[in-house]
Amino acid sequence: MEPLIAVLIGVLFATGIYSLLRRSIVKLVIGVVLISQAANLLVYTSGSLLAGRPALVQSGATVPDAPFGDPLPQAMVLTAIVIGFGLTAFLLALVCRAHEAVGDDDINAFDNTDT
Amino acid sequence: MLLAGARSLAVQRIGGVFFSIATFVASLYLVFVVDQVDYLVTQLGQWAAPFGITMVADRFSAVMVAVSSFMGAAVAIYALSEIDEARLRKFFFPLYLVLLLGVNGAFLTGDLFNMFVWFEVMLIASFVLMSMGGEKGELEGGLKYVCLNLLSSALFLAGAGIIYGKIGTLNMADIAQQLAMTDNADWAISSSMLLLVSFGLKAGIFPFFFWLPASYHTPPSAVSAVFAGLLTKVGVYALFRTYTLMFVPIFSEVQTIILWLAILTMVTGVLGAASHFDMRRILSFHIVSQIGYMILGLAFMTPLALAASIFYLVHHIIVKTNLFLVSGVVIRLKGSCDLAKVGGLCNSAPWLAFLFFIPAFSLGGIPPLSGFWAKFALVKSGLEIGSWWPVAIALLVGVLTLFSMTKIWAEAFWKKEPESAALVNVPKPVGPLFYMVMPIAVLAVCTVLIGIFGEPLFAFSERAADQLLNPQAYISAVLPNSVEVSP
Repeated sequence: MEPLIAVLIGVLFATGIYSLLRRSIVKLVIGVVLISQAANLLVYTSGSLLAGRPALVQSGATVPDAPFGDPLPQAMVLTAIVIGFGLTAFLLALVCRAHEAVGDDDINAFDNTDT
Repeated sequence: MLLAGARSLAVQRIGGVFFSIATFVASLYLVFVVDQVDYLVTQLGQWAAPFGITMVADRFSAVMVAVSSFMGAAVAIYALSEIDEARLRKFFFPLYLVLLLGVNGAFLTGDLFNMFVWFEVMLIASFVLMSMGGEKGELEGGLKYVCLNLLSSALFLAGAGIIYGKIGTLNMADIAQQLAMTDNADWAISSSMLLLVSFGLKAGIFPFFFWLPASYHTPPSAVSAVFAGLLTKVGVYALFRTYTLMFVPIFSEVQTIILWLAILTMVTGVLGAASHFDMRRILSFHIVSQIGYMILGLAFMTPLALAASIFYLVHHIIVKTNLFLVSGVVIRLKGSCDLAKVGGLCNSAPWLAFLFFIPAFSLGGIPPLSGFWAKFALVKSGLEIGSWWPVAIALLVGVLTLFSMTKIWAEAFWKKEPESAALVNVPKPVGPLFYMVMPIAVLAVCTVLIGIFGEPLFAFSERAADQLLNPQAYISAVLPNSVEVSP
């Protein structure tokens, strides 16, 4: 399972970077989203993927039976997804407003503040 | 809490100023306590480290919290007279306090993932503050800023994920301990590089600085002042924390990279500043250049160099915030801070000229102002370890800094006011000028005081640097049951 996910993460990063390098701002947003999802998956995978091994403590024991699925990366990814969701919503709104102000989808038109 | 009062603008204003001053007072107490006890550790929710989230204050983070809260209070007062009603209606002060919360949280956390969360708190507030006005320039600058920072957050997450996957902990003290114990820490280089790029993007080091001069001059001066003073420094702080604590075992392999990044940052920043004619753009490029000096201290990694960097950070936060505030007053008086359009301020506002003079020449490193001692200590530490080239470049950059500061001085203050200068763009004053000048004057007095009576602060920086170079004490403070690791 892990090799498959690893390839998937790589593909996500690559597509994300490819989209970032396009000239349209919408594709820029898509690229940012893809890269942050790839990072989320990476953290998720870091907790090792195990099916059917919940981190439940048997009665009388103090630690769960090994091997167990580590719940911490899932909690962290959940945090990261929520944060990413909020930021993406804000980014989309910002793109919308910026598109109204500049009147173009081409990043090359966004050079008024460039140095 | 302030959201409830946001309908009444007076409540928002009073609350914003009151809470930022209260934070400053509390942070002074923190510095005082930390200087007595070395480390102040809180385990949130009573979960023992390394399982829960740990907040740690050592001298370095305490002094950063104090200085940034000081800036927070000063800029809050300044904002009373600059932020117009439309922005207040969009919750300017609540967002401003959230920004300060994120900054202070990032300084105090002892947990890598928690640091990521504080970064996001800080970023989301800064995104809104930056693009709040909805003008074209603000939206464009904001878009670049948001995209780059989201990217850097994703890289941060990836770096943290690799660390967790390898050693199963995110507590920074625990990471340091585990890394020191493993024989094969080569994988940590990839993680440390991801974090270097991520923090470098936030700090604005070469070659990741390009978003900074493209966006910092667009929002109101109060906002760009607090961004300039604080946000990049959080990146610098994070770099210091990771490389003096977590990645000590592999630091020798990345030292050369950091050294060259620091040099290139200094040089490109100052060259950009020398080529521009807008006051706030020049100042933005100076941030980049000055960040290079701080990273240079990290690259030297000697007690004196780290102390110099900490001193530099304190000095730079005060001075740079102040310069942006001055540029805001220039805009208020003249309607622009394009050097081609303004002039004659020396005659029309001699007090402002004087208040600009102090931070500007402190930044350039003229004795006896604070910038001189910061640069002096850094150069001395470089000479002690025989790094002639970096020191020579640092001195050259200092000269160029002075050159671009005199450019602002000559154009905005000395030269006669240009004939074509039409005062059409002068913004409608929001509040009395006194609220804008008072923080500037206080910060300028601080700069002079640090310059003349800098000894206690420098001694404090040295003690803070000693702490940074002794990560074992940090680890023992956070993890009471930790085993002693021989380096």
